[in-house]
Amino acid sequence: MLEINKLNAQVEGKQILHDLSLTIKPGEVHAIMGPNGSGKSTLGNVLTGRDGYEVLSGEITFNGKNLHDMGIEERAREGMFLAFQYPVEIPGVSNMEFLKAAVDARRKHLGLEELSSFDFMKLARDTSSKVSLDPSFLKRGVNEGFSGGEKKRNEIMQMMLLEPSLCILDETDSGLDIDALQVVASGVNAMRNSERSFIVVTHYQRLLDFIVPDYVHVLAGGKIVKSGDKELARELEAKGYGWLESEVA
Amino acid sequence: MSEQVSGNAQVEDLMRKDYAAGFHSAIESDTLPPGLDEDTVRFISAQKEEPEWMLEWRLKAYRAWREMAEPTWAHVHYPEIDFSSISYYSSPKSMKNRPKSLEEVDPELIATYEKLGIPLHEQAALAGVAVDAVFDSVSVVTTFREKLYEAGVIFCPISEAVHKHPELVKKYLGSVVPQKDNFYAALNSAVFSDGSFVYIPKGVRCPMELSTYFRINELNTGQFERTLIIAEEGSHVSYLEGCTAPMRDENQLHAAVVELVALDDATIKYSTVQNWYPGDKNGKGGIYNFVTKRGIAHKNARISWTQVETGSAVTWKYPSCILKGDNSVGEFYSVALTNNFQQADTGTKMIHLGKNTSSTIIAKGISAGRSNSSYRGLVRMNPGAEGARNFTQCDSLLIGDQCGAHTFPYIENRNASAVIEHEATTSKVSDDQMFLCQQRGLDAEKAVSMIVNGFCREVFKELPMEFAVEAGKLLEVSLEGSVG
Repeated sequence: MLEINKLNAQVEGKQILHDLSLTIKPGEVHAIMGPNGSGKSTLGNVLTGRDGYEVLSGEITFNGKNLHDMGIEERAREGMFLAFQYPVEIPGVSNMEFLKAAVDARRKHLGLEELSSFDFMKLARDTSSKVSLDPSFLKRGVNEGFSGGEKKRNEIMQMMLLEPSLCILDETDSGLDIDALQVVASGVNAMRNSERSFIVVTHYQRLLDFIVPDYVHVLAGGKIVKSGDKELARELEAKGYGWLESEVA
Repeated sequence: MSEQVSGNAQVEDLMRKDYAAGFHSAIESDTLPPGLDEDTVRFISAQKEEPEWMLEWRLKAYRAWREMAEPTWAHVHYPEIDFSSISYYSSPKSMKNRPKSLEEVDPELIATYEKLGIPLHEQAALAGVAVDAVFDSVSVVTTFREKLYEAGVIFCPISEAVHKHPELVKKYLGSVVPQKDNFYAALNSAVFSDGSFVYIPKGVRCPMELSTYFRINELNTGQFERTLIIAEEGSHVSYLEGCTAPMRDENQLHAAVVELVALDDATIKYSTVQNWYPGDKNGKGGIYNFVTKRGIAHKNARISWTQVETGSAVTWKYPSCILKGDNSVGEFYSVALTNNFQQADTGTKMIHLGKNTSSTIIAKGISAGRSNSSYRGLVRMNPGAEGARNFTQCDSLLIGDQCGAHTFPYIENRNASAVIEHEATTSKVSDDQMFLCQQRGLDAEKAVSMIVNGFCREVFKELPMEFAVEAGKLLEVSLEGSVG
């Protein structure tokens, strides 16, 4: 599914990721934890090809394709999805219009026909109810005037509609109350299957009580300093990150 | 319903018929040598077999124009126009000079038409192709005219109105935009070629949107159009102007005048999609669009201007409302998009004279490439405008870092009870927005056009449905190459 081999990457001339390697197989859920500034969000941005995130060396293959040659939208259409930590607003563009354009682009890439407006509307309504968003949100501008929790649920709705093969959740739990967290987690869990993989980037162990990962990696100073199973997350919760950093040093 | 069906059947029937001779009196070799003097004006008037009063009216305008200076206050820059090098009367292009078929038309132009989804026979009309299909669309006009005639609505070329309805033309022509109003209006008054005339009788709701779409070939309007719309008491009309495709025109200067008269309780809605040739990517060529548009609203009347401006090398245009009658309403909804080296200085004037008059201005400017877009608007509350209100919102959107957006609001308040609100924003298409769109699989151009369309939504919703769709597509085409 995803193979990262000795990745070095920089942002604005500053190297953030150092020799990072990670292999994710279909159906696996990997949690990435780590202190602030450890490079967690950078990883998601590098994978999705965001401007300003420069790969210095190393290789990333996704579904057997070298990401180096693929633009942002190509990677997305290939099935890579990033749920944003801070989703931006696009005033005046209705959620429905935006989602349809996104789904059409993905379907076209997969060689499928575009959905009719009628079928899409039905699908979008069904999906919005799965994340407890009122269908009226489909008519509103993308994230326009949404609360923090509504924005995150909107992200999960987009993820459900696009049916990506790799979902990267970038601190989706930040700023969520416990009810919203459960909605988001159950949305993610409903999507788990033997084909689809997840990278769950989070600061806190709390989210991992709801989305139980197969692997937990600790990122510090731009490299993976420790990997383990879900028990590692609990250990981190109890002991903090300090002991790992000193262990590495 | 049955009426609609029979109407369509009739149209189809007409489409099958051969072009009826005499519909067009093809004038040949009537292009005047460059230059403008009284004889030029007399010649134009004579060509149209105008009555003496019309000639005198034109001459009065010409004499005023001769004494006037070209305005220089707009935030636009262009080489000085030599008014003596322009030919002021070019008859419809002669048949032999026209492209014989679409194959002879610039393929780039055809590609643009196709992107806009313009039907083939209209493509031909827009490109000035002399084929029968063009005349078929003229036949459609005749059908519409009959239907309008039944409702008592007059919709005809202004040259025809001069002959058939002289009392109306005499009374209203120049009543809103006087001959001496400004340099370009004076020029237009002296030499106007043709344009539309609309008259809606008392209490009549015009049964259809009046569109210039169908009169492109018929009028072959040329560079100095003159439009006059009169809505009698309690009547209602919606008028659509312009074609949604780039019209190549050998003339560089386009100076039109539009006058609207909304009598008591009448409503006039005037929508424009302007897409004249904007010049090439390097700023070469293109139309100078210097247009005067103004309406007068009597008691309880409403005048609404909606415009989407994407064309022309230089645009100088301020559709305005004189809110003369008590409780009259003026509205201005505008999207002005400039790309490459285009320059637009556009906005509105809301002149509040009557009590409890109100006006709304929503202006959206989008600049891309190396272009400059300016909003220039005047809100004036005269001493008699008790309880008048204005709300103005000016938003500018920048794409890239080499373009400019400027706002020049003028507010003159001479009545303490009047309320004037002005809001303005300037924003950029943000990297975050672009990344969100692209991460969801949209390519960069689609992303920009979606963001820009969203930005214009408040204005687009004021356009008639089919125009709104076309306006959206037009923005997409106009923005091509502005990213990446």
